[in-house]
Amino acid sequence: MKKSPFFLLFTFMMLSAAILIGCGEEDTASDETADGNVFDQVVSRGHVVAGVNSDLPGFGYLTSDGTYTGFDVDFAKAIAAAVFGDAEAVEYRPLSAQERLTAVQTGEVDVLLRNTTNTLSRDAIGLHFAPTTFYDGQGIMVRKDSGITSLEDLEGARIAVDTGTTTEMNLADTFRLLGIDYEPIVFDGQDQVVASYEQGSVDAWTTDRSGLVARLDTLANPDDHFILPEVISKEPLAPVVNSSDAIWYDIVKWVVYATIQAEEFGITSSNIDDFMDSENPEIRRFLGLEGELGEELGLDNDFVVNIIKQVGNYGEIYERHLGPDTIFNLERGVNSLWTDGGLLYSPPFR
Amino acid sequence: MNNTAPFWRSRRFKPVLLQLLFVVIAGICLFYFINNALTGLKRLGLPLDFGFLQSTASFDISGDKLIDYSATDPYSRAILVGLFNTLRVAVLGIMFATILGVILGIARLSNNWLVRNTSKVFVEIFRNTPLLVQMIIWFSAVFLMLPLIENSYVFAGTVFFSNRGIAIPWFQTTSATWIWLVCVATAILLAITVWKWRLKLQTETGKRKYPSLWAVGVTAAAMIVPLLLTSAGPFHVTMPEVNPNGRSFAGGFVISPSFASVLIALVMYTSAFIAEIVRAGIMGVSKGQLEAAQALGLKSSTTLRLVVFPQAFRIIIPPLTSQYLNLTKNSSLAVAVGYPEIVHVGNTILNQSGRAIQMITIMIICYLTVSLLTSLFMNIFNKYTQLAER
Repeated sequence: MKKSPFFLLFTFMMLSAAILIGCGEEDTASDETADGNVFDQVVSRGHVVAGVNSDLPGFGYLTSDGTYTGFDVDFAKAIAAAVFGDAEAVEYRPLSAQERLTAVQTGEVDVLLRNTTNTLSRDAIGLHFAPTTFYDGQGIMVRKDSGITSLEDLEGARIAVDTGTTTEMNLADTFRLLGIDYEPIVFDGQDQVVASYEQGSVDAWTTDRSGLVARLDTLANPDDHFILPEVISKEPLAPVVNSSDAIWYDIVKWVVYATIQAEEFGITSSNIDDFMDSENPEIRRFLGLEGELGEELGLDNDFVVNIIKQVGNYGEIYERHLGPDTIFNLERGVNSLWTDGGLLYSPPFR
Repeated sequence: MNNTAPFWRSRRFKPVLLQLLFVVIAGICLFYFINNALTGLKRLGLPLDFGFLQSTASFDISGDKLIDYSATDPYSRAILVGLFNTLRVAVLGIMFATILGVILGIARLSNNWLVRNTSKVFVEIFRNTPLLVQMIIWFSAVFLMLPLIENSYVFAGTVFFSNRGIAIPWFQTTSATWIWLVCVATAILLAITVWKWRLKLQTETGKRKYPSLWAVGVTAAAMIVPLLLTSAGPFHVTMPEVNPNGRSFAGGFVISPSFASVLIALVMYTSAFIAEIVRAGIMGVSKGQLEAAQALGLKSSTTLRLVVFPQAFRIIIPPLTSQYLNLTKNSSLAVAVGYPEIVHVGNTILNQSGRAIQMITIMIICYLTVSLLTSLFMNIFNKYTQLAER
């Protein structure tokens, strides 16, 4: 029988389709639904699926060698270290500002560490916010030669902003209160926002101050720009989990507290071995040498040791990604321990 | 009737049975997905209600808006602003894309080498690159690269080109505008009547009676009435100028860089497809028709107008409708360059309120309505142009 060209074409297409489908990596997390046992799924899967930012230097950034690095990423590593004793047992999912909350709601990710602001309305839609890891506030960047020195000078200005964030709403609220007219230019993604600003198509652009500082360094002439002194909102950035699993929420919560408490005790990744024979009962409980705090959470008793050894305490994480040795050189400010006049405070480990 | 075969193999039952089977399977699939979404929402504690549309939006939308809107308005009004913006870019885009597409399509069949190949290169470039890429190039490489507002490029003292927008002189309605509008409408009706009358006279007598010239004359004469009545022009022209604070334009009409890049990208991209459709339509008219027209001694422009186009229309309109629908739907890419159309506004609301399924449903309904209306209109037009079969 003579085969028609259509038959050949059809066979070819079917074969290519079969090959292409076969290439797809088996999806580990998305086919599981978040029905109240996130922790069990994490344990049986053998790694944590973390939703992160892939294009915000300092917080979540995909480096040229294909690894994720940043402040938020380190907290994902801390969670993995606590659960599995292995900080590398994390699968990262880069998420956009729009996708991120849905990804937690549907159980596509176990935990979201993507500089997400804790707000009431977000909490109410099936999410839980772990303790704040970074206290931020929204700021506005302008050109030095524009003559703008305060919010009042922005009358009639064009301000670029990233969509899918709380920044749009803060901007509207602030200017409504001040009675100032402005024109928001809303883009999907920060690259177009910054491009419009650099070309002078807009007078100013706005995002969280940490984000402004992180981006300032990538501008052509960082010295030509400055960030207005006014902070127009409170932006407590915190890890997010699905509200269906209280145990998993507790674990994420106490991992964050552990990094803060470790800094308060002065325990770092380099000196932790000196503390292993500490006489202080609080430290002994904290490190799992006494009591069964870890097991109460469903973890190993030495989960804190794993976090500190493999990732470090809060101060170390901060210094590594945002501190004076980095291009950002962000002041600790309110992100200091409560003992230093900051807002970081861990409930006691007992 | 053959009674030996079982009833499901009967010629009368088999098609019905198969159709029934298909409907049942499709129904089960649909039910499964809807039920799945509903149980999912219930599990997450999210009710599927649309009451949130009445809460305050609390976000602003940039200058591109056709109706008044402020941050204190409800979400529903913000959605309306987005829908109108979609319609605005879709309607203008369809108009310009059709004009450009028809010109390009005809140019591709031109006997002039340069015209033919220019059109070909244009079509191949714009048809074969992704629309999103084109849109971003228009925005960041063309409109953002225009001069700063303080050193705008000014054309003829009236048109300002800057990377904050292109400002052009624009009409402003005055109290005389409505009187003018009524008079012009009457004048046009009058002119059509006169034109028909002169045309009839011309066919009857066989002498030239200049129907078009008469029609123009009547219209012009009728214009004197509103001029005498209002002793003013039909509208005011406002000239754009840079505001004292140097941040925006006052007066005139400002085309924002976002709107300009969306519109141009959509027009260029779609017109490339329309050009090919038009070319196919014209080539689909049988050669005999052209030869017959030539044999009758018709001019080439007359041949095109009276012989080729009416027949080409029948081939062009169905695929053209698809292009119109594509253009409308493609406008959703505008979020990349900051034009607040329905998806852009919808995404902001989705993110602020967390009502993903509701917002996506609203977006689907909006696009479906617009698309179905476009199809309906084009189908009526299509029926009108089809050959009356005997």
